[in-house]
Amino acid sequence: MKRKAFRSALPHTLPICVGFLFLGISYGFLMRSKGFSFVYPMLMSLFIFAGSMEFVTVELLLSAFHPLHAFLLTLMVNARHLFYGISMLEKYKGVGLKKLYLIFGMCDESFTVNCTAEPPEGVDRGWFMLFVTALNQAYWVAGATLGGLAGYVIHFDTTGIEFVMTALFVVMLLNQWEDRRDHRPALIGLGASALCLALFGSGGFILPAMALILLCFTLTGREAAA
Amino acid sequence: MSTAERIITIAAVVLGTMVTRFAPFLIFRKEPPKFVSYLGTVLPYAVIGLLVVYCLKDAPFTAWHGLPEAIAIGAILLLHRWKHNTLLSIAGGTAVYMLLVQKVFL
Repeated sequence: MKRKAFRSALPHTLPICVGFLFLGISYGFLMRSKGFSFVYPMLMSLFIFAGSMEFVTVELLLSAFHPLHAFLLTLMVNARHLFYGISMLEKYKGVGLKKLYLIFGMCDESFTVNCTAEPPEGVDRGWFMLFVTALNQAYWVAGATLGGLAGYVIHFDTTGIEFVMTALFVVMLLNQWEDRRDHRPALIGLGASALCLALFGSGGFILPAMALILLCFTLTGREAAA
Repeated sequence: MSTAERIITIAAVVLGTMVTRFAPFLIFRKEPPKFVSYLGTVLPYAVIGLLVVYCLKDAPFTAWHGLPEAIAIGAILLLHRWKHNTLLSIAGGTAVYMLLVQKVFL
């Protein structure tokens, strides 16, 4: 039963494998180039398993110690997972203890596959979704670990490599921009953050920016509901 | 940051991530409130904007006032419009930036 589920899950994850290895290796290599042991990217990819936030965490680890700030920023960055959860309330029902891991490992890509792909007839749905999630996590952890290890062997001038995080988010912004006709949310995010950066400086703008974004949405939400 | 402080920071991020993943299964047995659903449709877009600004937060205060960053982002825009390949745009933009800060803007 498990073997069958594994075989039908694997092809759904192969396109993700390429992306995860590339980004995972970049992430691990970035951490190593900032002086962290490969154990950091390995364990962080295993336990956090939320790609964007792992990149942001590198930055957090290099700035002043502020765990509450880190927690709140994580809530904000990963808030979309709340809505993945809501969409999966029904789908994850009746799969037993596997549900705990399915929820733990519900990154964007695992959510997308589990939400849209139907396992072929005769394949257990719970095991299918479990293998989708586990394979994706395996690619990500493998990439991050390999990247961290590569940092010990490959030596070149890595000045500026941290820009990979900026590039990642700029491309995500572009992709989202094309997907959506209403650009107000993206503009609110950019504008509120830029305004708070100008007002509060680079050290303390994140919390006010998050508050301002939520305030803007409270106002536009009322308008949308009316 | 000491190792203990690093572990606490990472634990805070793990906790935050787990809250966002497990909360719906613990709180919303049925439909979530309207405002929460609305946030779900808009917040992901705003947060990416926030993260872009977060990445660039120190750029205006450097010697070149963000010029290499602006050029590299311009390269990403062109590359993405041309090939529309996410990984290529990320790799290309990073390469352009590294080249600029290592060879041009010294």
